[in-house]
Amino acid sequence: MKFLSDSALERLRGGAEAPNLAGTRYRMLERIARGGMGVVYAAQDENLQRRVALKVLDIPGTDGDLTNRLVREARVLAALEHPGIVPVHDVGTLADGRVFYTMKFVEGRRLDKYIESITSVADRLRIFLRICEAVAFAHARGVLHRDLKPANIMVGPFGEVLVMDWGLAKILRSGDSNAVRAADPDATVFEKPKQSATGDSTEISMVTGHGTVLGTPGYMSPEQARGDVELLDARSDIYSLGALLRFMLTGHAESGSASGAVHLDKSLSAICAKATSTSPAERYPSVQEMAMDISRYLDGLAVGAHQETILEKAGRFYRRYRFFIFLIAAYLAMRVLILLFLHR
Amino acid sequence: MRQDDFQPGGDRFPLTRRSVIEAARSIDAEERERALEALCAAYWKPVYKYIRWRWNRPVEAAQDLTQGFFAELLERELLDKFDSNKSRLRTYLRVCVDSFILNEDKAEGRQKRGGHIPHVALDFAAAEEELGATAIDPAKIASPEHLEEFFEKEWVRSLFALAVEDLRGLCEQRERTRTFRLFEAYDLEGSEKTSYEQLSKDYGISVNDVTNALAWARREFRKIALDRLRELCGSEEEFQREARAAFGWDAK
Repeated sequence: MKFLSDSALERLRGGAEAPNLAGTRYRMLERIARGGMGVVYAAQDENLQRRVALKVLDIPGTDGDLTNRLVREARVLAALEHPGIVPVHDVGTLADGRVFYTMKFVEGRRLDKYIESITSVADRLRIFLRICEAVAFAHARGVLHRDLKPANIMVGPFGEVLVMDWGLAKILRSGDSNAVRAADPDATVFEKPKQSATGDSTEISMVTGHGTVLGTPGYMSPEQARGDVELLDARSDIYSLGALLRFMLTGHAESGSASGAVHLDKSLSAICAKATSTSPAERYPSVQEMAMDISRYLDGLAVGAHQETILEKAGRFYRRYRFFIFLIAAYLAMRVLILLFLHR
Repeated sequence: MRQDDFQPGGDRFPLTRRSVIEAARSIDAEERERALEALCAAYWKPVYKYIRWRWNRPVEAAQDLTQGFFAELLERELLDKFDSNKSRLRTYLRVCVDSFILNEDKAEGRQKRGGHIPHVALDFAAAEEELGATAIDPAKIASPEHLEEFFEKEWVRSLFALAVEDLRGLCEQRERTRTFRLFEAYDLEGSEKTSYEQLSKDYGISVNDVTNALAWARREFRKIALDRLRELCGSEEEFQREARAAFGWDAK
């Protein structure tokens, strides 16, 4: 029997990774990246003559957690047609038994790379609002992303923002989520939070769930990190959005995580703090509410997350109306000068 | 779309291959013997090298202990005690080797073995040569992580070597010996200097033919290696974990 050197082992591993696309309409172009579940390749769809991204599992088989997760991800994506969510084209099994799906090939940069070229806070906030739109849409369709982080957001060459990697998505029970639920009848299903007499959205009932911790530290809500699957609702994604916003503004997902951190405006800091409250009840009840606070900030209005002092109010008033204030001041100064001139 | 839509076809990976763990517990003596042969074929080299390296035993003693270990595995029905929910088979076997050697040392009565081990040719001379060619960092010898790493690497080497032999047999059977030679030249013996163009010139075929042949051989190798691996695992979950470890899919 032949002795295999360490370099031969590496070459065998590399050669064995490529999927067998025989019998499909796809032709392999190049390997793009490795994710938690498998590998993403750029492939050419020979029928439609377009480039697609092909995500394929490493291991063949139709059972097992990873297969179920990949198929579920494809089905969730198919049910979420939104300009901010990457569209899925096809799902199936390759000749080598591996499950795959194809999706739009996104040419762009990851948010963490893209953000380095954006210096304006307002521009960063506008990108963040686009992310919120996609996540709010998913929530309206009854889907939680559960892994929102810079690496899962792509920004295209025309500034289009796409939320990627829905492999950890969970499906909530709501009126609009029937299509998604039909796509995945075995999914963990939650009731939406019921409004209690005090107005706190904390009553949640869970049907299934096994408590496995999945997500990314720093962006994962405390309840998700504890594996409290029954407590997860839209506010868990809101926590991740808060960490994402903080990262976009300061370069760090967690507050006070680095010395020499970028100074953050009190209102924006309060929005991040509210979104990332340890208690879900203290967070924004919905992504729309959070997005509205950001929009108010961009319009120079008071944000709901921060109680302003009189001085702060005055400062904001000045910043918002400084042009008119300057005009009035100039007008008054002119009047004073004219009066002084006339009475000389 | 239902989950059934993802059932693989006939030439795809078998989903219900009986594992050696199940077969080793069979009441059918012949099936049990075959299972132990498969297990021994995949593990004897890692076990021998581990005894040589970890326990620093001389060649002859290590040979004797390797045979003794597999004989004990059979006699004491150690595989019956293996629980795939608690550990990997490979880790379990390594721990069994450790305790076997400790017991042998205590007994101080090691005897020549070989009577009851499965019918697998143990080429100790080749294993010794391989051990000499393996780069080992003496500074890491005491580290338990490195022991596991060493055993895993030798296990992967053994598994892949068996799969390569199976591929050689398949190529001969399908009259694709040139395909195997290309695979051997590029993937097994190749260096950075080896190119598709060079192989195309050497074999008098087009570059496209070279890449097609290599793609076929790699696909078959992958299938064979996974097939063998599934046979050596006690559960689907263990198979998935071991496949990721063997092919380095976790580390990249």
